[in-house]
Amino acid sequence: MYKIVRKEILSDVTKLMDIEAPHVARKARAGQFIIVRIDEHGERIPLTIADYNRDAGLITIIFQEVGKSTKQLGKLEPGDSVASFAGPLGHPTDVENFGAVVCVGGGVGIAPIYPIARELKEAGNTVISIVGARNRDLLFWEDKMKAVSDELIVCTDDGSYGRKTVVTEPLKEILGDAQRKIARVWAIGPAIMMKFVAAATKPFQVPTTVSLNTIMIDGTGMCGGCRVLLDDGARFVCVDGPEFDGHKVDWDNLLSRLQFYREEERIALQEYDHKCRLEGAAAEGGK
Amino acid sequence: MAELTQKERMKIKRHDMPNQDQVVRRGNFEEVALGYTEQTARVEAERCLQCKEPKCIKGCPVGVLIPQFIKALREGDMVKAVEWMKVKNNLPAICGRVCPQEVQCEGNCILAKKGEAVAIGRLERFVGDYELAERTCPLVKAPKTGKRVAVVGTGPAGLTCAVDLGRQGHEVTMFESLHGPGGVLVYGIPEFRLPKGVVHGEISYAVECLGIDIKTDHVIGRSFTLDELLSDYDAVFLGTGAGLPSFMRIQGINLNGVMSANEFLTRVNLMKAYRFPEFDTPVKIGKKVAVVGGGNVAMDSVRCSLRLQALLAKQSGGEPGEAHIVYRRSADEIPARAEEYHHAQEEGVIFDLLTNPVEIIGDEKGCVKALRCVKMQLGEPDASGRRKPVPIPGSEFEMEMDTVIMALGTSPNPLVFVDATGLERTKHGTAVADTETGRTKKQRVWAGGDIVTGAATVISAMGAGKRAAADINSFLKGEAPWA
Repeated sequence: MYKIVRKEILSDVTKLMDIEAPHVARKARAGQFIIVRIDEHGERIPLTIADYNRDAGLITIIFQEVGKSTKQLGKLEPGDSVASFAGPLGHPTDVENFGAVVCVGGGVGIAPIYPIARELKEAGNTVISIVGARNRDLLFWEDKMKAVSDELIVCTDDGSYGRKTVVTEPLKEILGDAQRKIARVWAIGPAIMMKFVAAATKPFQVPTTVSLNTIMIDGTGMCGGCRVLLDDGARFVCVDGPEFDGHKVDWDNLLSRLQFYREEERIALQEYDHKCRLEGAAAEGGK
Repeated sequence: MAELTQKERMKIKRHDMPNQDQVVRRGNFEEVALGYTEQTARVEAERCLQCKEPKCIKGCPVGVLIPQFIKALREGDMVKAVEWMKVKNNLPAICGRVCPQEVQCEGNCILAKKGEAVAIGRLERFVGDYELAERTCPLVKAPKTGKRVAVVGTGPAGLTCAVDLGRQGHEVTMFESLHGPGGVLVYGIPEFRLPKGVVHGEISYAVECLGIDIKTDHVIGRSFTLDELLSDYDAVFLGTGAGLPSFMRIQGINLNGVMSANEFLTRVNLMKAYRFPEFDTPVKIGKKVAVVGGGNVAMDSVRCSLRLQALLAKQSGGEPGEAHIVYRRSADEIPARAEEYHHAQEEGVIFDLLTNPVEIIGDEKGCVKALRCVKMQLGEPDASGRRKPVPIPGSEFEMEMDTVIMALGTSPNPLVFVDATGLERTKHGTAVADTETGRTKKQRVWAGGDIVTGAATVISAMGAGKRAAADINSFLKGEAPWA
């Protein structure tokens, strides 16, 4: 069992947790992920590492409540535990001094882009960060991103905060400015955002790294459910990734595979909400 | 029973094991083979001729003292039978269910020459189940040696090795990457063939007796590397199996509805997807399922498919659908255990033999629509000694399918080789290790089971774990230093 030692509510649907897992924290690096399983009936959920504290043996995860498992996880409080916590999995980000780089974080993808931006900054890069979300409520860690970036651009789809635009717009402007000499781009967020980031950087021929979060079970190369098509064949996100060259990814195949269990996800959520309502009603009745 | 003559023993017919009804069992995940009653077991045990030079033992990868345990069993001395069993086999309830006895102990039985072998596997299962329930003969730990051993992987090889080393008084820590121990016994082999209660029972019993520590969620190669383990432990045994699935290099492999058997079986067995949404992990199964391959994993996958289809039909009405085995060789070459092949036939699996997929065809949504195959014929024997299947020109055809499961074998997971300087690998990705001792090319590191042989059987992995444990023990005692 792995104890939740801290919880922060970043928005209605975005939660942060520090989880006690020294065996993961001792080796964790930016770009890697963990697999968490809430209880004996739980599924194995891959989440990218948002931060770590080796001395305290802590791993920070940030997740958006989108389905049954993330909703259930979001209900846990400090002092509660999760049944399994495995990692660090996947390859860490390849960090060196590239010169000027852009880090793009969309939605909950702001969490995993943060340690990457930090390490890139520490390695001497000029870091320009772009973070975006649908609206102001879904934004978080602006201060932390600011602290590790030479320049930070914030945007929202609805204009409730920062620029009213999608992340690819400022990205194109920066890439179009030849003075800036952008050497590399990192992008983490919804698959559709990463697809468009890759499409935006392609004409400029700037190497673009994306971090994929596909359907997976074990996270150690055993199931192959996470496989992604690159232009030279299939790869496993869990052991060959999670970071890939965004220009090589077959995005349509990826997006289609992400949809495969949508109906089951809906059923699981519906059953869970129903159960929660019954429990809520029972608790009401008992008062 | 009075002492029988050899002639009388030979007149007794081999006893069938009762099975769950073949129609009923298609709709559930409960165990198919129901086991002998004590009465049947004792009469079956009377068939053993107690050969002076028993060949059955030679056929067993761990050398179970078969005539001895059978004799005790027929004399009604169950405690003694368990004791004899445990001299060589720590996990009899598992072996009795999953060993390919027909090519091992029973294949060597003298009675098999003229008629039917003693049902050694079924008797072993009977003794194993008795002990799981009664716990008459706990494993005993020798006085502590102060030596520490890390065992990586908690499947059959690792478990056997850990238990044998624990019995010798060494302090054993096991590392498992998944959330529970058992390896292929829990993620691969289905409930209806090997109930998870039996696996957990065997493991917890042995582990409690010997004070073995199991660290789950520990991915060696990531959380800790092999080199790090070597600085903490006197010896390391690698029993990480062959977990990496192979996919065919054909068009359409990344369509929705194409899965590795590993993914499918892990969802169903480890994550209990057949009980979704009570358990969170779902599995999607179509009305028309093709499982490509002919081994035990293929049989397990196709039989799980049938059951899922039946459960789905029960919930939603309608026909359950069909499940196929698509295998490029003929029935004679099917590598699966005879009983599994037989059970699959009984349950209504459709066998498309001498058939090989050439393309998976998708619809406009990116989901599997059909499997395009070519008919095969058997040519000259290949390296494996089996006749090589060759395509018949112009024989291509399509089968409508919505799920395709690839059961084409697996190779060792490369993660364990991360930061493991000096640990040699073959070009197939397997670890180089001595077959007798399990010693690898890296000092103080042993390996055994599928990580060395590539995908094989539970019992051969147990055999390798056992031989390695013996050598590790000699090494730790200073009797067999590393050359």
